[in-house]
Amino acid sequence: MTVFAWIETQGAYAQPSSWETLGGARALADALQTDLRAVIFGGDSGSAASDAGRYGADAVIVCACETMESQVAQLSSLVAERKPRAVVAAGSSRGRELMASAAFDTGSGLISDVFELRVEDGLIIGTRPVYAGKVLMDMRAETATTFLTLRPRAFPTPAKGAKSQVPIETVAAVDAPSSPLTTVETIAAEAGAISLTDASIIVSGGRGMANNPVAAPGTLSADEANIWRAQQGFAHILKPLAAVLGAAIGASRAAVDAGYIAYEHQVGQTGKVVSPDLYIACGISGAIQHQAGMRGSKIIVAINKDKNAPIFKLAHYGIVGDLYEIVPALTAALERKLS
Amino acid sequence: MAHIVTFTRSTPDTAAKVWVAESGAVTWGDVATVVNPWDEYSLEETIAQAKAARGRSTALAIGGALHDDALKHSIALGINSAIRIEEPGADAGDSLVWTALAAGAINKLGDVDLAIFGKESVDVGSDQHMYQVARSLGWSMLSLVSKIIELDFATRSIKVERTVEAGKDIVTARLPAVLSVLKDINEPRYPNFLGIRKAAKAKIPVWSAADLGIELPAAATTALSYSNPPARDISTEIIAGADAAEKAALLASHLLAEKVL
Ligand SMILES: Cc1cc2nc3c(=O)[nH]c(=O)nc-3n(C[C@H](O)[C@H](O)[C@H](O)COP(=O)(O)OP(=O)(O)OC[C@H]3O[C@@H](n4cnc5c(N)ncnc54)[C@H](O)[C@@H]3O)c2cc1C
Repeated sequence: MTVFAWIETQGAYAQPSSWETLGGARALADALQTDLRAVIFGGDSGSAASDAGRYGADAVIVCACETMESQVAQLSSLVAERKPRAVVAAGSSRGRELMASAAFDTGSGLISDVFELRVEDGLIIGTRPVYAGKVLMDMRAETATTFLTLRPRAFPTPAKGAKSQVPIETVAAVDAPSSPLTTVETIAAEAGAISLTDASIIVSGGRGMANNPVAAPGTLSADEANIWRAQQGFAHILKPLAAVLGAAIGASRAAVDAGYIAYEHQVGQTGKVVSPDLYIACGISGAIQHQAGMRGSKIIVAINKDKNAPIFKLAHYGIVGDLYEIVPALTAALERKLS
Repeated sequence: MAHIVTFTRSTPDTAAKVWVAESGAVTWGDVATVVNPWDEYSLEETIAQAKAARGRSTALAIGGALHDDALKHSIALGINSAIRIEEPGADAGDSLVWTALAAGAINKLGDVDLAIFGKESVDVGSDQHMYQVARSLGWSMLSLVSKIIELDFATRSIKVERTVEAGKDIVTARLPAVLSVLKDINEPRYPNFLGIRKAAKAKIPVWSAADLGIELPAAATTALSYSNPPARDISTEIIAGADAAEKAALLASHLLAEKVL
């Protein structure tokens, strides 16, 4: 008996979220009294394979298959052959597609977006949010193998152990249909930018960002001037705070729809669901659809000039005031304390 | 003629309170439902692409009569026809069962070139069924599409921009394909008067598994129970101080003490 944990790699390196996966899968394997195998797809598994051992895998399976199509075929074949009790992956874009596809090909049950796992009478039960987190659901798979995707940051990263020699098994790639997709170009995300779903700190701006007191160029229309002031605010007021904290930048839908910042930054019901240790909301009222994306944050700070803004009901700390005065002061205070 | 299918469903208004009743069932009282918010973008893309290709569009929903509202809204927006698929007693909450019904409906329609989904369903909070529909049909899967760059039904090719964690990928594929689309792909239209009248008169046909000529697989998962999340016990500390600098310094001290930096 075994449990598989899929380790997502980027080149020779594992994505940090993979170690959360390994931690969650380790606890599951222990509860089921089975061993834990890390599964790595990709040509060069260099540091990822040895790190998998240090983060808690008993063994590593490596296979050089690059495309989603070949990884699905490989994983399905490994599952059919070795019948793991569970296959666990991070709920990333690739993780979700790979798990759903291999679960289909092997006729297995998949429980997605799990934030709590337990074993009862030898059966795996996953707890997941439904209705934007307003309700929780306990789900069980009825098949020999349970596929699971884990909600980002729901499972802690295990401590990295000393260098260990875990067995690494290289398996030959199975025959897979050639990929139906051809990637013609890849445009990398902004260098050094932190992915919102993996961020431990997020600084977010809302419609209030437009109330930047700087004067906009006189050539702009009123609407354009608003956008310009808000963009300046994201660049010169929020970014420095994010830089001091090593934080990612988030935004409300109102800020995105008004053109202040790109959609990739949107937090909420129709954006990203995040659960950082610290979420600082600046000029955001705290509408229920925004809350749907950030309610799970450990500590919430609200900076808003309206003392009745709903965001204060959700916040652990609040400052009633103009973000254009408070945020630069906070950046300076943190710079002093953190240096 | 090009034929694009899209899937939609009715979900409780995003502002509604949703909770687990004494009976253990999920409820939102008598608050109205809306079209699943992510579907606003897939509906718009389906209508616009079908029009551009002088083709037609069909909206499908899987489940009970609740979803007729979403299908009627689809017609009001400009989708050509709408069909609901319901197999009484089947557990459409299981993605393999859902997928069998969805793929069965696409196969019954017969001439579908493209199936477009919104990124996920806000009620079940999941997207697994889309990938599984693509597997079941043996179609190309293009997920998280932020732009359709080229779509050519004659040469059966599609080129899209996908937005993923690492950045953007420009990808080409053959039709038929399954797409899931993001919010930034378009600006959804509003229904016009004619559309609303058409929707009010529309009769939504209902197909069963027998109509599709399929046998459903056993459900691979079971929803065991629903529960209300524990109440968030928060006391908000509003930070007072003489000026911005004093308030900011106090907040910084609190954050250090919370050990979240
Ligand atoms: C189906 C659906 C899906 C949605 N999805 C999302 C989603 O994913 N994410 C999301 O965020 N919203 C979403 N919304 C929109 C949501 O309902 C709100 O409209 C939106 O969150 C408001 O954004 P905001 O707080 O930035 O703007 P507002 O509500 O306008 O609030 C701006 C705030 O800024 C404050 N302010 C102004 N100037 C300053 C200043 N100088 N200093 C300090 N404070 C200042 C004001 O007091 C106010 O509280 C969705 C809505 C619907 C219907």
